[in-house]
Amino acid sequence: MRKGTLRQILLITDGCSNHGEDPAAMAALAREQGITVNVIGVLDQDTIDENGRREIEAIAAAGGGMSQIVYAKQLSQTVQMVTRQAMTQTLQGLVNRELKQIFGSDVSLEDLPPDKRGQVMEVVDELGETAALDVLILIDTSGSMKTKLPMVKEALLDLSLSLNARMGENRFSVFIFPGKRNYAEKMMDWTPKIEELSTIFPKLSSGGLTPTGPALREAMAYFGRNRSLRSWIHDGDEPYIEGSSW
Amino acid sequence: MMAMSHTSKDRLGNLPPGTVITGKWHGHSYRLLRRLGSGANGVVYLAESGRRRVALKLSDDYASLASEMNILRRFAKVQGAALGPSLLEADDWQSPFARRVVPFYAMEYIEGEQFSAFVRRRGKEWAPVLLMQLLSVLGRLHEEGWVFGDLKPDNLIVTGPPPSVRLLDVGGTTMQGRAIKEFTELYDRGYWGLGSRKAEPSYDLFAAAMVMIAACYPGPLEKKGNGRAQLLSIIETDRFLAQYKEVLQNALDGRYAKAADMRRDLLAASSRRAAANYEVKTAAAAPNRRSGRRAAKRRKTGRIAETVLIAVLLLGAYGFYIYWHLSM
Repeated sequence: MRKGTLRQILLITDGCSNHGEDPAAMAALAREQGITVNVIGVLDQDTIDENGRREIEAIAAAGGGMSQIVYAKQLSQTVQMVTRQAMTQTLQGLVNRELKQIFGSDVSLEDLPPDKRGQVMEVVDELGETAALDVLILIDTSGSMKTKLPMVKEALLDLSLSLNARMGENRFSVFIFPGKRNYAEKMMDWTPKIEELSTIFPKLSSGGLTPTGPALREAMAYFGRNRSLRSWIHDGDEPYIEGSSW
Repeated sequence: MMAMSHTSKDRLGNLPPGTVITGKWHGHSYRLLRRLGSGANGVVYLAESGRRRVALKLSDDYASLASEMNILRRFAKVQGAALGPSLLEADDWQSPFARRVVPFYAMEYIEGEQFSAFVRRRGKEWAPVLLMQLLSVLGRLHEEGWVFGDLKPDNLIVTGPPPSVRLLDVGGTTMQGRAIKEFTELYDRGYWGLGSRKAEPSYDLFAAAMVMIAACYPGPLEKKGNGRAQLLSIIETDRFLAQYKEVLQNALDGRYAKAADMRRDLLAASSRRAAANYEVKTAAAAPNRRSGRRAAKRRKTGRIAETVLIAVLLLGAYGFYIYWHLSM
């Protein structure tokens, strides 16, 4: 059986939503279900408008993830970095909660003496390397994204290169929005091989509204039943945290 | 989240010289002298603590800073010469600028010149020499079960004299068998389509070959189309790099399992090159003989000066001896 899994939505967009629920609210809802939402804003050359930037940051903040705004060219390096840093952040959050359990009060990494933090980080690094990871990639294909799709493809292949070098297992799935029938349309079912993506990219057509909020809502439903992340740490024969000495 | 950390990183990166950083756990103070550089997750300053000069790394990312310190501590345990800068102290600073606590650590300040600047100033022939030194260091790192990861000219510093290469910024150092923690596209074999991002010795050796290529390639490198073909054509068209084609190609293709193997081949290629140069010089005899005569002349002048000096000393001693006897 699969052990507990880190779950992320990676939203790639280039502008403002203009239809349906507030995407930040949907991201907050995802977070409540133990799903982290990361957002990458892709630019051409011109700068993104202030509203777009604010929305991107708000979605990531509400979704407990990271946001980054980049030019299409730097996309590859950014996508893999954001994904990994968000993983570390989630795991660190988990470990911090464990610390609170042990010390019975508000103790987090920052409150420990600097020389002790290393021991906590070793646990976090270890978990980050071995944890299973599900990433649902949600791509905005409305209007202006069309020219950026080849770069998005490159970036996703690069992401799989980074993640597949880990010891833990990975699964990817790809949704685009707006879809033909639903807000978000499934392009690729859960698979460890993101390379299959190459075959679907030529099929993508762009245009229409930007229903970011509704698309997020549909995407999170696809993760299925919620499993508490904490249960995962105690899932093994031995809890990780109690094994380390202070 | 990341956007936020960027703005505060700018603030951390612009601390005025003279700022005093005092640790809240150990109470030691450091006076900032100047900024040395900024990496993926923090800023490094040159600082003074008492009369000692240290490098101070400040960051707002507790986690990555703690991971880095783990690596520096591990390095300290590796026998022999230090692999990276040695860690001196870790502490937190209650920053009046950021209105919050900023973690930092002090490490040994390694004075020297960046790899690229050094090779540009002193000549391409230094690139293979420094690379051989680097391969010895990497070999030891690999034997301990690590891979450096983010190997690039910016993370190499040349100290001396005599010139010797040292590794800086250990943030990318990864345990073998895991996924490389940090990398830079140009020096990453994954980017060039020439391998995985799994931490294994051949990952570093690819980057080492790229360091040499970048040192000899004028202008910025950027991947276009088939990465391997592009790199091979760069090597073939550069007269200097072409002499090392075999070694570089093996490293790019991941055919070296050990740094020592690559070092051996690099050394062999360099000696071949030296031998070829020697033959060329003996064939073109005239300038060679002239320089030989000049050297002989220099040797002769040296011998005369030596004789005169000894004579003067002896005379002086004799004069003193007589004077001493007379005054008795």
